[in-house]
Order: sequence, then structure tokens, then C-alpha cells
Amino acid sequence: MSETHDATREYTVTFAVLLILLGVTVGVSYLNLGWFNAFIAVGIAATKMTLIAMFFMHARSARRMTLVVVFAGLFWLGILFTLGLSDYLTRWSLPSPDVWTGQPRP
Amino acid sequence: MRRIVEEQFEDVHQQRDAATMGMWLFIATEALFFGGLLFAYAVYRGAYYRAFSEASEEMSIVLGGVNTAVLLCSSFSMAMAVQSAKSSRGGRLVFFLALTAVIGAVFLAIKFTEYYEHYQHHLVPGTHFQFSGPHAKQVELFMVFYFVLTGMHAVHMIVGLGMLITLVILARRGRFLGEDYNTVEFGGLYWHFVDIVWVFLFPLLYLVDRSGQ
Repeated sequence: MSETHDATREYTVTFAVLLILLGVTVGVSYLNLGWFNAFIAVGIAATKMTLIAMFFMHARSARRMTLVVVFAGLFWLGILFTLGLSDYLTRWSLPSPDVWTGQPRP
Repeated sequence: MRRIVEEQFEDVHQQRDAATMGMWLFIATEALFFGGLLFAYAVYRGAYYRAFSEASEEMSIVLGGVNTAVLLCSSFSMAMAVQSAKSSRGGRLVFFLALTAVIGAVFLAIKFTEYYEHYQHHLVPGTHFQFSGPHAKQVELFMVFYFVLTGMHAVHMIVGLGMLITLVILARRGRFLGEDYNTVEFGGLYWHFVDIVWVFLFPLLYLVDRSGQ
């Protein structure tokens, strides 16, 4: 039964850390750090994701074949964002449609 | 006695490995589904940053923050349910599964309270929408993202609730104990994934720019 007790403790600690990170993410959002705010917000969310996946979802003790699928999912998300943003970040900003501004575009 | 191992598998471990991989594959496709929405959100947030930050201030940080904590609680309870199933404690398993479902229902109740407030404040996109300021249309776009993202998340929560209720009924009949815990484990994987989605939605929708400059 010692195994059971260990897991309960592990889950409790994970849960506590997740709640602390929630507090941190709310607190940091009130500081004015410019674009760095978004970076920190997503960074904390990614940390929480990693904790949930590792401990609650047992990715830590998963077999390699399963981990390949986990990382393939992350990799595909990476493709979605890098290729997508490589388009939008290298364009002029999107003009608002005429009906929004009420003025014809120059 | 119900057979635990299906006939195409050598033993219960092989069955568990195969099913675990399949479940993660499903989660990967779900991540891409939400990823597409979040990517579109990112592009428009970059284009209309001021409006998105104004719109985000309309969100209740208290309700959103409490809801995040509520969902983390439900994930913790779900992890405990899996643990109970693994260690063959039927009573605890039923308790934690039911607790997870109740906490999930609390989340949805708070979420729909927020929806009602948005409706009262004329923030639901469409003819009813009203927002004073130069960025009204862009704020409306933010609200479209808000309702699609949180709405799809809520749909996943409702599916999860149905799953949990089914698990509670079966667990009460003495299922899922010991080596038979797979189903609870995979239900847990789904529930934790839905939690992870919210972990990203909360800062992106509620905390765009709270520093008020």
C-alpha cells in the first residue's frame, strides 16, 4: 500500500503547485511588462500543462511509444504555429474591413 | 466474471499499452483542434491588441480565477479516482468519480453565470451587441473568439460529465478494480486534457492586459 500513499502525496503536491502557479499568473498580469506579459502567461500555462501531463496523466511513467505520440502532437502544434505565424508576422497588419471603420480604404 | 482482456491482446499490459497510445493519439488531434482556434486568436490579438485588451477587461477575473481553481480541484479528484481504482478500493473510487462530476458541474454553473452576465452587458456578438468606444467591432470579434473557445470547452466538459456519470454507474456495480482500471485511467486522461485547455484559455481570455496602462 505504500505505493498508494506516495501517489496521493505526489498528486497533492502537484495540485498545490498548480494553484500557486494560478495565483502567480493572475498576479503577474497586473504588472506592466509590455509584450513580456503574454510570454509569461503562456509560459506559466505551458508549465501547468507539463505538470498535469507528467503527474496527473502519468506521462512520466509512460512507455516510449506513447511518448512518441505525445511529442508528435506537440510537434504538429509547433508546425501549425510556426508556419502559420511565419506568414502573418511577415505581412502588413490586417486592414479593418470597410464596414467596420465606415470609411473607404485608401 | 467479465473478461478483462479482449481476445486480440496477449495480456492486460499489452492491452493497456495499446489503449494508452490510442488515447494520447486522440488527445493530440484534440490539441490540434483547439490549436487552430488559438492560432486564429493569436493572429487577431496581434492585429487588434488594444481592442482585445479592452474586451478582456470586461471579463470577471474573480469568476474566471475561481473557475480555474475549481477545474484544478476536479483534476486532482480525478487523479485520486484513478489511484483508487488501481488499488482496488471501490468505495473510494465511486466517491472520487462522483466528486469529480460534481466539481465539473460547479465549473459549468459558474461558466453559464458568466455567459448570462455577458448577455446582460450586451456583449454577445450579433444584433444585441453594444460596446462604446472606437474599437467596438474588434471587441465584438474578441467576444466571438471568447464564445467559440469557451463554448467548445464547455461542450467537452458536458461530454466529460456524461462520461463520469457512466463511470460512476459502472463503478457502483463493482467494475474497474485492480487490473481493470484502464477505463477510469482513460477517462482521466480526457478530463485532464480538458483541464489543460482551460489552463490556456484563462490567461488568454481573462488576463490580456490587466496593468491598465
